Amino acid sequence: MKRRDFVQLSGLGAGALLLPSTMMGNSISAEALLNPGMDTVVKKRMADVALNTAKSMGATYADARIGRYMNQYVFTREDKVQNVVNTESFGIGIRVIANGTWGFASTNSVTEDGIKKATEQAVAIAKANSKFQKEPVKLAPVSGQGEVSWKTPIKKDFKEVPVSEKVDLLLRANSAALENGANFVNSALFMVNEQKYFASTDGSYIDQDIHRIWPTFGVTAVDQAAGKFKTRQAMSAPMGMGYEYMDGLDSEKLDGAAGLKLYRNSYDMVEDATIAAQQAKEMLSAKSVDPGKYDLVLEPNHLGLTIHESVGHPTELDRVLGYEANYAGTSFATMDKWKSGDFKYGSDIVNIVADKTQTGSLGAVGYDDEGVKCKKWDIIRNGILVNYQAIRDQVNMIDQNESHGCCYAQSWNDVQFQRMPNISLEAGKDPYSIDQMVKDVEKGIYIAGRGSYSIDQQRYNFQFGGTVFYEIKNGEIVGMLNDVAYQSNTQEFWNSCAKICDQNDYRLFGSFFDGKGQPSQISAVSHGSSTSRFNDINVINTGRTI
Amino acid sequence: MAIYKEDEARRIMEKALSFSTADACEINLSGNESGNIRYARNSVSTSGHRSNQTLVVQSNFGKRSGTATIDEFDDESLKRVVARAEELAKLSPENPEFMAPLGPQSYDPSVSYVQATADITPEYRAEVANNSIEPAIAKDVTAAGFLNDSASFDAMLNSNGLFAYNKETSANFTVTMRTNDGTGSGWVTRDYNDIAKFDAAEASRIAIDKAVMSREAKAIEPGKYTVILEPSAALGLLNGLGNAINARQADEGRSFMSKEGGNKMGDKIVDERVSIWSDPLHPEVPTATWNGAGQPLKKTTWIENGIVKNLAYSRYWAEQKGVDPVPYPSNFIMAGGDASLDELIKSTKKGILVTRLWYIRSVDPQTLLYTGLTRDGTFYIENGAIKHPVKNFRFNESPIIMLNNLETLGKQVRVDGNLIPYMKVRDFTFTSLSDAV
Repeated sequence: MKRRDFVQLSGLGAGALLLPSTMMGNSISAEALLNPGMDTVVKKRMADVALNTAKSMGATYADARIGRYMNQYVFTREDKVQNVVNTESFGIGIRVIANGTWGFASTNSVTEDGIKKATEQAVAIAKANSKFQKEPVKLAPVSGQGEVSWKTPIKKDFKEVPVSEKVDLLLRANSAALENGANFVNSALFMVNEQKYFASTDGSYIDQDIHRIWPTFGVTAVDQAAGKFKTRQAMSAPMGMGYEYMDGLDSEKLDGAAGLKLYRNSYDMVEDATIAAQQAKEMLSAKSVDPGKYDLVLEPNHLGLTIHESVGHPTELDRVLGYEANYAGTSFATMDKWKSGDFKYGSDIVNIVADKTQTGSLGAVGYDDEGVKCKKWDIIRNGILVNYQAIRDQVNMIDQNESHGCCYAQSWNDVQFQRMPNISLEAGKDPYSIDQMVKDVEKGIYIAGRGSYSIDQQRYNFQFGGTVFYEIKNGEIVGMLNDVAYQSNTQEFWNSCAKICDQNDYRLFGSFFDGKGQPSQISAVSHGSSTSRFNDINVINTGRTI
Repeated sequence: MAIYKEDEARRIMEKALSFSTADACEINLSGNESGNIRYARNSVSTSGHRSNQTLVVQSNFGKRSGTATIDEFDDESLKRVVARAEELAKLSPENPEFMAPLGPQSYDPSVSYVQATADITPEYRAEVANNSIEPAIAKDVTAAGFLNDSASFDAMLNSNGLFAYNKETSANFTVTMRTNDGTGSGWVTRDYNDIAKFDAAEASRIAIDKAVMSREAKAIEPGKYTVILEPSAALGLLNGLGNAINARQADEGRSFMSKEGGNKMGDKIVDERVSIWSDPLHPEVPTATWNGAGQPLKKTTWIENGIVKNLAYSRYWAEQKGVDPVPYPSNFIMAGGDASLDELIKSTKKGILVTRLWYIRSVDPQTLLYTGLTRDGTFYIENGAIKHPVKNFRFNESPIIMLNNLETLGKQVRVDGNLIPYMKVRDFTFTSLSDAV
């Protein structure tokens, strides 16, 4: 039981929430979050110490990332504040190429002396490893960006919003859930600010200020007599936005099927908690699903996770090439399939794009963590696999000479590597609403929200649950279901995609803690989609008697 | 070097405490030095070194607390961090579940630190990679592996007289070997406090053999099978049981351990041969003898002869329930038997040998139902011998059902800081096939 890499902050729902310890930094006061930190002039001077030291020791390339990570987390349960955590993590990570081999070292001592020592360590590591190097690093060219900056376009900086306002909002959501029949409710608010300064021997000095937010809860209803409990998770999405996401604007609400309220760029936590309590109670006595084949109508806050697992990860080039073989695994989407130019990943209406520029998304930044300007590109076009996700030291292996700009490190303390950009399913081109979609289904299940998810190491076989399930019979929602999970194979599943709702239904799902690499690093990524229909999918019943 | 000796750590913390004016003050000081090497495609990919140290001050006024942190330890810095924690405490809301800091405790001397592990160099790590890659190349196999080693210390001092200090080392190694035709894959994991016990070539050879043996797997029908779970595979599901030992969740009615009016303490939940305990002094899996809250960690029985003997009680929940606190364990040890893997295979008429389980996720917390897949070496056994490799399966199974269907317990092996036996289990539920290698 490897708890040492995680910090237990709070119980969310039935299971305890364990945060990767790297999400933590030093505890500081809320006011201290507003401290502007090191000036960019000083950062440039410090970064140059690393770059010059590396070059003087024979490195052919070096980059330095000075990172300051200012996070705030608020945890509550029922009418209690469990914890308000403010953290700051500050330090520098130096990556070098010496003798054609990568080396990396980091330190929280951001002084000339500390940086020199860390740089020397990075070069020493590169040289030690080069002895057994079989594949020297080949970097795709990047022109120096000069001194530039980029900021997440936020309207409200969470650091300027009083903690009491955040606590009040969570406690109001908890209270709404309890008044509507919940026995327990845990809620949390995660707010992240990455202040990143990147410099490289290519002549880039890039200052970025990145914001992310995730409100979430688990509302539990218990039937003591029957010895049963059910938890309904929040329908929020983590976003690359400021505190304005918590405004709960009516203009950003959508009506899902079965009377669900769904949210786009603004989240009404109190309303969602109210509905969650009613649904958690309803789940306690909902019908257990009959296993068999169903047409699935998948809502974006559910489908996003399926996209993440079955398209996002298998099209990471490092997985395809074998760099992740020892941990996350490899990929079924092998180079020969891509090279063939006719590998049918999905049906003709499936168009999937990678995008590091989408406003409001978790992956949006101006430049990636090796100084490449971010962009948007196709992964699947008209159902055909057309490209991968690749960074500077990989693109030569797919005969391309320009990095896709999707390199990321979770902190100054970790080495950067290829991470998933936002991977999104384009909306259907013809007008088509969720109501019309439900009407067109004879025997189906409408699934909203994320649930249990599991997929094999090459991303063929998967099993997904969800937050809420509704049975569709002859074009109508007839009631809630329990114990639903669907099992499929990635290629079969995407080829069964029959219909996609139009742009009006499009919104983002997000994963705040996507894990990859060794040592494991987290990353935040969004997946956009509109509600989509998949025909004839195998549904199993997960109910057990013990 | 970020590792302070006991007297150095005590001196810094006593100095910080001398600046405290709060009702109570608790100080934690920790430091870590770690290094790693990663290789893939038979070549080193990334590797690095990390160094970090932190001092945390928690000050309390009544039930209000504030926390502040610093990584510089001169007098002025210490004074500043204590003042900061006190300011924060005065501003914070009361926590109704606040527990006053513990008084002096007595801890067993730990055996979790080994100097040889702390002394690992970049050259040693490069040799490990080479000892794994060279034999792989010789067998037409591709190696992808990772070694991470770390030396760390943790110390704690509070205004009620508690002082604790511990040093710990660890080394974790995994390697995945894939045949170059892409049809076979093998894996091995090793972890130690003492790096001297580690043999990269020996571990790598096991993974290479499994990769070669697992080539061209055959598909067999999913369903219920007798399985021999290697300790890594068994741990994957036992973790689910480990996560269910929270007494408060059980008492609140939202855990597998819940039952009407309370929890399952004293109930028989699994086969009577199942006993699980924790022991920070076990020589094979030693850990610190205290936890982050300053509570002593002692040998604790969780399940004995199939009966729930303890659940974990936080200090707050223990006080509510009028019982002694029971801290979460730092390791798990499950009783094993004498059977070797070979003997387990020989005694199996028809079954599946599972190297590891992968992507394990909770499906239903009520029944502890989990799903996931087999990976990196799954073999069909017939009449006491491995017949052929089989395609990987998806399973949907609960550790409770698994431990009720126990056939035989084998020898224990250290996995991820725990001691877990090989086990043979009947009627393990595989629900579909996967093409993944």
